[in-house]
Amino acid sequence: MPSSTIRITVNGAAHDIDAAPDTPLLYVLRDDLGLTGPKFGCGLGQCGACMVHIDGAAVHSCRTPLSAAARGPITTIEGLGTPEKPHPVQQAFIDEQAAQCGYCMNGMIMSAAALLAKTKSPTRQQIRSTLNGNLCRCGTHMRIVRAVERAASLGASQSGGSDE
Amino acid sequence: MSSTTTRRDFLKRTGVLVVGFSLGLHSRADAAVFETGAAPAANQLDSWLAINADGTITVYSGKVELGTGVSTALRQIVAEELDAPFEKIAWVQGDSDRTVDQGSTVGSQTIKRGGAQLRMAAATARAALLELAAPKLGAAPGSLEVASGVVRVHGDPSRHISFAELLGGKRFERTVNSAAVPKATTAYTIVGKPVHRVELPAKMTGRHTYVQDVKVDGMLHARVVRPASIGAKLLSVDDSALGAIPGARVIRKADFLAVVAPREYDAIRAAAAIKPAWSESATLPPMDELKQTLMSIPSTERGVASDGTSGAGRVAKRLAATYKWPFQMHASIGPSCGVADVRNGKATVWSSTQGSHTLKSAIAHLLGMQPDDVHVIWIEGSGCYGHNGSDDAAADAAVISREVGAPVRVQWSRADEHGWEPKGAAMVMQVAAGIDASGKIADWDYQVWTPTHSSRPGAQPGGEANFIAARLMGMVPSSRGSLGGERNAAHTYSVPAMKVRAHLLERAPLRTSSLRGLGSPQNTFANESFMDELAQLAGVDPIEFRLRHLSDPRAVAAINAVARLAKWTPRVSGSSRAPSNGVARGRGMAFVRYEGTEASVAAIVDVEVDQAQHRVRVTHAYVAHDCGLIVNPDGLKNQIEGNVIQAASRALNEAVQFDRSRVTSLDWRGYPILRFADAPDAVDVVLIDHPELPSVGAGEASTSPIPAAIANAIFDATGVRLRDVPLRV
Repeated sequence: MPSSTIRITVNGAAHDIDAAPDTPLLYVLRDDLGLTGPKFGCGLGQCGACMVHIDGAAVHSCRTPLSAAARGPITTIEGLGTPEKPHPVQQAFIDEQAAQCGYCMNGMIMSAAALLAKTKSPTRQQIRSTLNGNLCRCGTHMRIVRAVERAASLGASQSGGSDE
Repeated sequence: MSSTTTRRDFLKRTGVLVVGFSLGLHSRADAAVFETGAAPAANQLDSWLAINADGTITVYSGKVELGTGVSTALRQIVAEELDAPFEKIAWVQGDSDRTVDQGSTVGSQTIKRGGAQLRMAAATARAALLELAAPKLGAAPGSLEVASGVVRVHGDPSRHISFAELLGGKRFERTVNSAAVPKATTAYTIVGKPVHRVELPAKMTGRHTYVQDVKVDGMLHARVVRPASIGAKLLSVDDSALGAIPGARVIRKADFLAVVAPREYDAIRAAAAIKPAWSESATLPPMDELKQTLMSIPSTERGVASDGTSGAGRVAKRLAATYKWPFQMHASIGPSCGVADVRNGKATVWSSTQGSHTLKSAIAHLLGMQPDDVHVIWIEGSGCYGHNGSDDAAADAAVISREVGAPVRVQWSRADEHGWEPKGAAMVMQVAAGIDASGKIADWDYQVWTPTHSSRPGAQPGGEANFIAARLMGMVPSSRGSLGGERNAAHTYSVPAMKVRAHLLERAPLRTSSLRGLGSPQNTFANESFMDELAQLAGVDPIEFRLRHLSDPRAVAAINAVARLAKWTPRVSGSSRAPSNGVARGRGMAFVRYEGTEASVAAIVDVEVDQAQHRVRVTHAYVAHDCGLIVNPDGLKNQIEGNVIQAASRALNEAVQFDRSRVTSLDWRGYPILRFADAPDAVDVVLIDHPELPSVGAGEASTSPIPAAIANAIFDATGVRLRDVPLRV
């Protein structure tokens, strides 16, 4: 597919991307914009490691073509918060020490942040069901659920970073 | 040399543009060391740590972070021994030019062995700093004390001098004192504390650099195109479709096939666009004959244990059983990635390898170079649970980079990872035992059929043939023997007559290598399931039955601790409640003394079994864990929780599928791992701390008892004894 210039807005900044319109958003973010927070896990939409928010909804950037990514503002995990000023969900994950290797964290945090933006006090069942499409191999599931519950109690829905 | 200068030199030399390295990575005044290409000498104190002019301390660790938190725990050990502020310690790991070869980060030995080495280096450094301080403070070394990186006179704290003032930017120039006396553990202030993991803020905010994130100036993106089936030969490649993809080209070396392109998505498209023709053959056995296959492959018998012969005459009841375990995957969430820059007779390789120094030699031999012309820089990868695809991806990148004369990043696809990562070994275990009239085990005969659990690339010439790339280029790995299948084949119960034999297979249908615990989870599944079967035969509570055969006080303490934690009610297994709403519930236990001498782990699990839905879920797991001195209790708990969940996944879900030619589990649908919906409601851990005893390994141990505990709980719930993993109701 020939290249064309497509404008996307990522973490509040507009970028004109010169790439084939079917290029998955993941590679644009990682290679063109240097945003390596979203991870390549499967390229199949099966593991969640690549998740970003488009218009506030958590989507698989590995399955979202650049052409479709222009439909709304994109937030990556870098746009949620920084090590110095983390988003409440990120802070809760740090507080609970809810990672080992951390490779899946991008998807866990983006998925949880999207949930909490819509559902202020989710039940444990809602948390599990939302995260069921996010795979973790190190086995930090118990801590991740606790971290999302902690984020809810910190009022993550009140502070959406640059998400909205 | 200032840290800025050294860092700039580093950037100039390698051209790497990687963000996110931690403080002080390039701060050592070490240009001379850096140029030699040889690993720093272990007996030199300067090889281990440097006091920087800015008050930071850089530690050079040959052991690396694999996701288990050891880089934080090792920092605690160094901070403790030096009396230095934890947050001032910067960390360099797994750099073949800059860190001591402490051996690969394997076998749950990082705290036990790597930590002990760092402790001695730090103790030597502390003593050296006191010696340097004494004349400057006008006091004898014996009258000095250290706090927070400052030496001061005991009773007169106004007379003080900091580490940086004493030695900042200069070398110690002395050897590590193997007789240095480490601090008494009773004086510990930071070892034993649940210090937060250093790298998690970066990991939680998308700023941590994984090997998948490494970017080098002028780097091309590559994808490997693996054979259509195991052992297939490449006949031809039609690359006529590549003309439409900017800059894409094919790399072929015998059966090694790859594509490169300047842009990543173009490399992905190129891999799909070329049309290789392969000659294929059926090299694999039928999956449903795996047991017969393993038991018929030529093997060497090795006696693991043979104690006493006196029990057989007193046998009142006999029992025999066969247990099976399938091939399994590491199944890391991030597929393997390697970056290499091979130009002008030198190579730089960025890899999530467990062994930078070994990889350096193996890559050199693969490329026909001298080991000291290869520089391996370790960068963390996705979770590492043993010999995964990291080394192979590094070799792929090195081979391709040499061909194209530019830096190359190879990112495996999900199918590459599932299909070609080294697999955890399938095993068959047979046990026969008798019990006497008093309900004690009279004799025990155990046999295991196992392929090797290690096929890592080796540092010696020929060891490079274990890389996938080497095999595809026609090299044939020489047998490096068989390793790991005997792990925990011998249990630690007292039995009057015990015979344990391992049949070490000469080959395996799939390439096998180390996966968490090597053969220990398999052997412990058999041993601990059979202990429950014998307890049932004797009509005795499973915990009581085990305690009858244990004299090791740490084993007894762990079992009693987990029984208290879970409020275990003594009873004969299988007497659990009747099913309600079609869901049966039960509980089971298991115990292991890892490798016979390492951590003691006792586990109890509760399960719910929905027989109509063929679904088993661990609802609650309890673990009591004794690994000697605990360095970081929260890190340890995290590891234990993770092992429980990963082991439950392996026990209940996982078997690599294959047809007669190839692995067919190529994505997460084909190889499902445990998800949140199947996670336990709770995992409770009780840590048994022994500050007076050395730390032993804790990375893997708690994996081992979980599968048997689950099988025992399923029996308790349903009366059905499952002896084949994955456990299917």
